[in-house]
Amino acid sequence: MTAPVLDVRDLKVTFSTREGLVTAVDGVSFSVDAGEVMGLVGESGSGKSVTGLAVLGLIDPPGRIAAGSITVKGRELVGLPEKALQKVRGKDVAMIFQDPMTTLNPVLRIDTQMIEAIRAHEAVSEKAARERARDALAKVGIPSPDERLSAYPNQFSGGMRQRVAIATALLNRPAVLVADEPTTALDVTIQAQILAEVQKLCAETGTALVWITHDLSVIAGLADKVAVMYAGRVVEEGMVADVLERPIHPYTAGLIGSVPSRNKRGRPLAQIPGMTPQLSKLPPGCPFAPRCFNATEPCHGIRPERTPYPGGRAARCHNPLNVPAADAARELAP
Amino acid sequence: MLVYLIRRIGQSLLVIAVMAFLVFLAVYAVGDPVAILANPEANQAELDAIAARLGLDRPIWEQFGIFVWNALQGDLGTSFVYSESALKVIIERLPATMELAFVALLLSILIGVPLGVIAGLKPDSLVGRSIMSTSILGFSLPNFWIGLMLILLFAVELRWLPASGRGETVEVLGVHLSMFTWNGLSHLLLPAITLALYKSSLVIRIAQAGTREVMLQDYVRFARAKGLSSRRIVFVHVLKNMLIPVVTVLGLELGSMIAFAVVTETVFSYPGMGKLLIDSINRLDRPIVVAYLMLTVFIFVIINLVVDLLYAAIDPRVRLSEAKG
Ligand SMILES: Nc1ncnc2c1ncn2[C@@H]1O[C@H](COP(=O)(O)OP(=O)(O)OP(=O)(O)O)[C@@H](O)[C@H]1O
Ligand code: SF4
Ligand SMILES: [Mg+2]
Repeated sequence: MTAPVLDVRDLKVTFSTREGLVTAVDGVSFSVDAGEVMGLVGESGSGKSVTGLAVLGLIDPPGRIAAGSITVKGRELVGLPEKALQKVRGKDVAMIFQDPMTTLNPVLRIDTQMIEAIRAHEAVSEKAARERARDALAKVGIPSPDERLSAYPNQFSGGMRQRVAIATALLNRPAVLVADEPTTALDVTIQAQILAEVQKLCAETGTALVWITHDLSVIAGLADKVAVMYAGRVVEEGMVADVLERPIHPYTAGLIGSVPSRNKRGRPLAQIPGMTPQLSKLPPGCPFAPRCFNATEPCHGIRPERTPYPGGRAARCHNPLNVPAADAARELAP
Repeated sequence: MLVYLIRRIGQSLLVIAVMAFLVFLAVYAVGDPVAILANPEANQAELDAIAARLGLDRPIWEQFGIFVWNALQGDLGTSFVYSESALKVIIERLPATMELAFVALLLSILIGVPLGVIAGLKPDSLVGRSIMSTSILGFSLPNFWIGLMLILLFAVELRWLPASGRGETVEVLGVHLSMFTWNGLSHLLLPAITLALYKSSLVIRIAQAGTREVMLQDYVRFARAKGLSSRRIVFVHVLKNMLIPVVTVLGLELGSMIAFAVVTETVFSYPGMGKLLIDSINRLDRPIVVAYLMLTVFIFVIINLVVDLLYAAIDPRVRLSEAKG
């Protein structure tokens, strides 16, 4: 087995706020291989973006990586000085963000913003960089890329801007791309197109893709594996098909219940009752306990540990819903 | 862009026309210049003769008509005191004031933008806080007091710089300028610093707020995610966005700089338009006052126009949306 391109171990990110120290990401671990797609799912505030930013070394004060390790192609990133991180960002790990309307600098032309991304990492001529930028734009389906290079961001639609951002992020063929809900702000049809394109581009270059979303249905068609986050922790992980079909954690089951799908049309969307907890006021036991239909006495007092299950799965729950049988898992295993 | 330009020029002309009317009305209501100009023992017939010579015996609307007609031909009246074209008298002093305002503007940019950016990048650091507290001082100290203190320190105590007047000038493109001679520059420095101190504080605050805001924008985060150096992020991504509010405010402030120069010029006995205005108000030299106000309005309008064009040049969003509209 080859070593994973991205390996995150026991990552802990804290923010010092007025209410005290908030642990936004608490002991998160996952790994992604070259060409693999991992979905990072969870409700708002569960720590998905903070995890993604941590991978790029973009946690700013008052936040900091308090513990854990992040390796990309075997190289440790936690603790690297800013200068060294700048060499990694955009070269080994790239990131695209949620809102395409604000992700490009409004006063700089597209060519400026793309060429600088190449020349920050490689000593190539302006002309060569420009050609690469043009090819990248053509690849993400932007018509007449030569002309569009000298346009400003506000001359593009939201979908087109996100394509430009994707093209820019992939200019240096990064080993890892973190996509933080890049389609959430877009039309459904454009979402699907962009999803397919990113998937195709990453497969071509063998880029490991971490796709952050709060929408499990997006993950279903896109990802190989999935990590479900709740209150800063990964509460369930496994291959997408397994997790979606037979969720172990009640929270995952709740998320699946809230996915609109064809056979449930007309029925109201199942919502997980209650609110996402405040990180500074987490209950002592399972953070999901106040909202969980399956909660029992121990849930309120004892924090569930990460428990591995057959088939490369794991979950944090005292009362797992579907416990995969060991032999069934053996059949699935390659 | 052309449509935008034409529309902006149209608006500017309208502003000038309205201001002409207001200025004329306001000044007409002040004092009786005949009484000041005439010999104290003059009889009524002599007073009438002076009034007739100056055109002051005609009804006000007729005077305004004549004023507008002459103004359109570039004649804003003849100074009662200098017996010369009012505009000419003012324009002779214009380069001195413009030079003062320009040097002060330059100083406030050179001081304000770098300090503001530094304070904006590290708002919680000791340096950042010190810059911001010092800028409050620059805001609250009165202009004339700063001028007097500078004179005391640099002219009286240290004797490094002259306390008053304008230095040697050289002719550049037919205009007498003093900022290209040592002597001229040494005369210009103190009044320019006086005038610039308040403005640099303003620039520091705008630049600091702008930098802080821009640093939080998604596009800065994306720029960082691309692996750009901090220097490139600050000098290319942040500076250009941050300069938009700075240019806007400074443009408007250039006008007020010329107006503020009235006080500074008086303190430093600097022979510019501002000092001329004060002298003319004391002598009720109405045409000079009217011409001064008209010229100031004109300058304000031109500055606004230039700022808008500059703005469009920095910010493509203005350019493009205006072209469509
Ligand atoms: N700059 C910050 N200062 C203080 N706390 C922060 C900061 N950034 C994030 N947090 C904390 O981290 C938590 C997780 O935030 P994060 O942005 O990762 O959520 P998310 O899962 O991406 O949610 P969303 O779906 O809304 O994007 C927040 O609820 C907040 O408490
Ligand atoms: S540990 Fe208990 S409360 Fe938490 S998810 Fe499992 S059943 Fe629900
Ligand atoms: Mg987020």
